Amino acid sequence: MDGIHDMGGMHGFGPIEREENEPLFHHPWESRVLAISVATPVPIPGGSRNNIENMDPAHYLSSSYYEKWLYSRIKGLIDAGVLTPEEMKTRMALLRNNPNAETPAHPDPDAVRSEFKRSRPATPPQQKMDIQPQFSNGDRVKARNIHPEGHTRLPRYVRGKYGTVTNYYGIDNLQDAELPTGCTNRQQPLYAVRFEASELWGSAAETKSAVYLDMWESYLEPV
Amino acid sequence: MNTAETDAALRTRALESLLIEKGLITEDIIDEVVEKYEKDVGPLNGARVVARAWTDPDYKQRLLEDGRATIAELGFDSAQGAKIVVLENTPDVHHLVVCTLCSCYPWSVLGLPPNWYKSYAYRSRAVREPRAVLLEFDLDLPDAVEIRVWDSNSDLRYMVLPERPAGTEDYTEEQLISLVTRDSMIGVAKIESPSK
Repeated sequence: MDGIHDMGGMHGFGPIEREENEPLFHHPWESRVLAISVATPVPIPGGSRNNIENMDPAHYLSSSYYEKWLYSRIKGLIDAGVLTPEEMKTRMALLRNNPNAETPAHPDPDAVRSEFKRSRPATPPQQKMDIQPQFSNGDRVKARNIHPEGHTRLPRYVRGKYGTVTNYYGIDNLQDAELPTGCTNRQQPLYAVRFEASELWGSAAETKSAVYLDMWESYLEPV
Repeated sequence: MNTAETDAALRTRALESLLIEKGLITEDIIDEVVEKYEKDVGPLNGARVVARAWTDPDYKQRLLEDGRATIAELGFDSAQGAKIVVLENTPDVHHLVVCTLCSCYPWSVLGLPPNWYKSYAYRSRAVREPRAVLLEFDLDLPDAVEIRVWDSNSDLRYMVLPERPAGTEDYTEEQLISLVTRDSMIGVAKIESPSK
């Protein structure tokens, strides 16, 4: 979707602020959110990133990284039917009034643990599969000018731009919510494509630089 | 803590408590995951990969061809299941990694990303004006050096293999590890020669 998250090339965010001796977490709750997100064996309907991308832009911009994760996880668990908004509200009220309330005892720790161990991990691009890549290194390509409403990994700043294939990574699962028109298979060749800075930014481009993006084959048109 | 932080802390406690009650997670599992990121997963892993690549040409060649498998040779698994692509900096080409859509980062070799990497300023500017961004990191690259910015938009992850600094010819692998910085593996810094 053409959302606020798609910020490559935007103006207005100012200088990059760095923190000396930055701690791994700035608040203890952030580490709990990370662990809950990594370890809860419930897939989020539509994906965690899709929830974040659909946040109201003002909410997105004013939320920290882990606030976004927390929002997305709660929404996802509600969408998955695991939680209800009322349960959250009631439990928050309980903990607000009784900050020292014990976390309730859990059902069967061994069963929970075995489910946790089973629910791993993602797979990298595969070289196998009977799919022939359409492009080779050195081929000129054009990024398609698509504007899907759902999740996509094709940033706005590269759409409609010309580039050159520099690497073939193998067959990989397209992460977009919708398959682009004319495309029937999520398993697609994945390439590195080089876009010259001048192609992307015109006369505002800096000297001697280029941007590389990972492009599933359905993002590309032959030139 | 401001109001949003207080709310997030309370919300997190409520979520954790409900998930435990529903048998979806345990406090121990959460503690273990947190401990893993606090103790085992961090830029020291990436530094070990870099130091090995500097001292072992065969390892370096394999690393550039297949980052994931070659990194796994050092004994820590490439978590996330992600394929890692290693980008070699040279006197002529400088690589820089960003994720404009999200904040994707090679956790298994660098740990969790610093806040600046997740900032809107870095995400928006690194692809459009990398030289200006690098100047803010006090890295002034000559115009003759080509800058290649890698936008991590798929599930691949990118890590930079920085140049080995001059004056380290006699260093042991352990000494080299201590020189490698996180920022050099993202591409916003070079590694200073220790003799300077």
